Amino acid sequence: MNIHEYQAKNILKGFGVAIQEGIVATNPEEAVEAAKELNKQTGTNWWVVKAQIHAGGRGKGGGVKLAKNLDEVTEKAKAIIGMQLITPQTGPEGKKVNKVLIAQDVYYPGPSAHSEFYMSVLLNRSTGRNIIMYSTEGGMDIEEVAEKTPHLIFKEEIDPTVGLQGFQARKIAFNLGLSGNAYKEMVTFVTNLYKAYESIDAALFEINPVLKTSDDKIIAVDAKVNLDDNALYRHKDLKELRDLHEEDPTEVEAGQYNLNYVKLDGNVGCMVNGAGLAMATMDIIKLSGGDPANFLDVGGTANAETVANAFRIILKDPNVKAILINIFGGIVRCDRVANGIVDAYKQIGDIRVPIIVRLQGTNAEEAKAILDASGLKILPAVKLQEAADLVKQVLAN
Amino acid sequence: MSVLVNSESRVIVQGFTGSEGTFHASQMLEYGTQVVGGVTPGKGGTTHLDRPVFNTVQEAVDKTGANVSIIFVPPAFAADAIMEAADAGISVIVCITEGIPTQDMIQVKQYLKGKNSRLIGPNCPGVMTPGGAKVGIMPAFIFKPGTIGIVSKSGTLTYEAVDQITKAGLGQSTAIGIGGDPIIGTTTKEAVEMLMNDPGTEAIIMIGEIGGGMEAEAAHWIKANGTKPVVGFIAGQTAPAGRRMGHAGAIVGGADDTAAAKMKIMAECGIHVVQSPAEIGAKMIEVLGK
Repeated sequence: MNIHEYQAKNILKGFGVAIQEGIVATNPEEAVEAAKELNKQTGTNWWVVKAQIHAGGRGKGGGVKLAKNLDEVTEKAKAIIGMQLITPQTGPEGKKVNKVLIAQDVYYPGPSAHSEFYMSVLLNRSTGRNIIMYSTEGGMDIEEVAEKTPHLIFKEEIDPTVGLQGFQARKIAFNLGLSGNAYKEMVTFVTNLYKAYESIDAALFEINPVLKTSDDKIIAVDAKVNLDDNALYRHKDLKELRDLHEEDPTEVEAGQYNLNYVKLDGNVGCMVNGAGLAMATMDIIKLSGGDPANFLDVGGTANAETVANAFRIILKDPNVKAILINIFGGIVRCDRVANGIVDAYKQIGDIRVPIIVRLQGTNAEEAKAILDASGLKILPAVKLQEAADLVKQVLAN
Repeated sequence: MSVLVNSESRVIVQGFTGSEGTFHASQMLEYGTQVVGGVTPGKGGTTHLDRPVFNTVQEAVDKTGANVSIIFVPPAFAADAIMEAADAGISVIVCITEGIPTQDMIQVKQYLKGKNSRLIGPNCPGVMTPGGAKVGIMPAFIFKPGTIGIVSKSGTLTYEAVDQITKAGLGQSTAIGIGGDPIIGTTTKEAVEMLMNDPGTEAIIMIGEIGGGMEAEAAHWIKANGTKPVVGFIAGQTAPAGRRMGHAGAIVGGADDTAAAKMKIMAECGIHVVQSPAEIGAKMIEVLGK
């Protein structure tokens, strides 16, 4: 589960991680109040207005603006709230901005030059351990750093039996070239950041940039936090942070029916049991000359109700020109699924796109007989290749 | 011959008396798997499916000589169940449970180091040696004893491959569902290595999906050490970057873990890669010249 920058920063602050302070606002009036309050708390006279959406690269799309007085706060907040923000991560349609974070200006002049670092905490899948990945090259796209200057990316692996050790935190601070107060603050920053990561069952922390201010403080200027969905049952408070506005409404609805659905841009919808087979079915669609309109895993129980719900979800997409149902009946009996499909079809009534149904496994032949006898416009297949051929045939018409 | 499980395996079921445990234990018994008992804490001393129920895995091992365990306990308690099985000296632990928190699995992975237990899964369909033992949730009737070893991250896609192999007139030595989570007990490479070393396995099918580097690791190992033909497929050629496709581990993070990148590496390492999952069986026939 993804959360907003302001929510992520609140969590970090709770674990003693120093952050760029800010107050969230949903309209220009609130933005000005937030700016005034922030001035009282931090003394800041300049503010940064930051769009709160679940996507990176907000600055590039015009979603982050500096305001040098309260009039500018109003003006920038007006411009950003409600805009359709397009960033390299949102896709061409962009995302609507509903909230902004009014944040303190942390790039003020001072005794030393400020510098920006990159830091993330994540799982190293090959070792099954968490790592802290960090770089002197902060504030830019880390994939680009990895490509052009891989020697500037460092990794520190955490032994799960003892957790992050002091020497590791010190090594990170030294590798970032810090000394004096900044060094001490970085050790605390890293220690508390990792504590937060483990405590909330995060799947990813990305702090870019981590800023060394001109007066040698270390603070998180941005924070991307991704939580482990499987661990949310033990973090009821964090579950509340989910923002449904940030998700595709059809995906949210599918989730309520326990369907695992991901919307894609293609023209052939699909309904499959099992994630691996669902991806393989999408591949079959592509190889047959179509493009998958979705990923949809109906899970282990493909009964009439789940099938009907899945039909409705897929048919909401006007781009869908055909539907391929691919169920490998193991424990699930294909004849029951076939009856489910017939029931669902009749329930929904007016389905205008061709439906290819491939049922394989337990009672597959009986299932085909049920579909054949139903009189519905269903194209049945038994082998996967037959289903692929039918997709090709349907798209050619 | 086979790997991991056979007709000699003495299997216990953790989470025996729950609905999942009960259903699948019955199916396993029906197949002829030697299910010698089960564990449900608090229900020790009772019988279930005509088999003894124990409070702890240790007790079950002591009384029944069990050496294989299959786990059906809910995600919140599954990591604990895996560690209990390892502590009791179970040599093959098959964890079916889906949805175990990653931090729990980090602990499990660490705990298993230096122990003589092999974990399969979690979030997997289990292990099946046709004619020997079914330790999992797969539909038994699609299998047939034979010489093709199968390694796969996904459940129903494994069934698809099994079915194609059976319909092609071949059969399976052992099918291993290794699971689709970011942290799993047995990697693709380790499973492939077991099958490579199994005299009863003539050829191998390796099915992967987007995310992670396990298939590339296995491919490089096969190039250096392989002695048997391998047919490979990677699901998710059409999956977009950054979107999780069902399995917690099935997400394209970088340029290296796309299906295309993996297929390229596999082909370069001498694996017979098929573009379509419908061609797995036919490709195997072609490779074996049968």
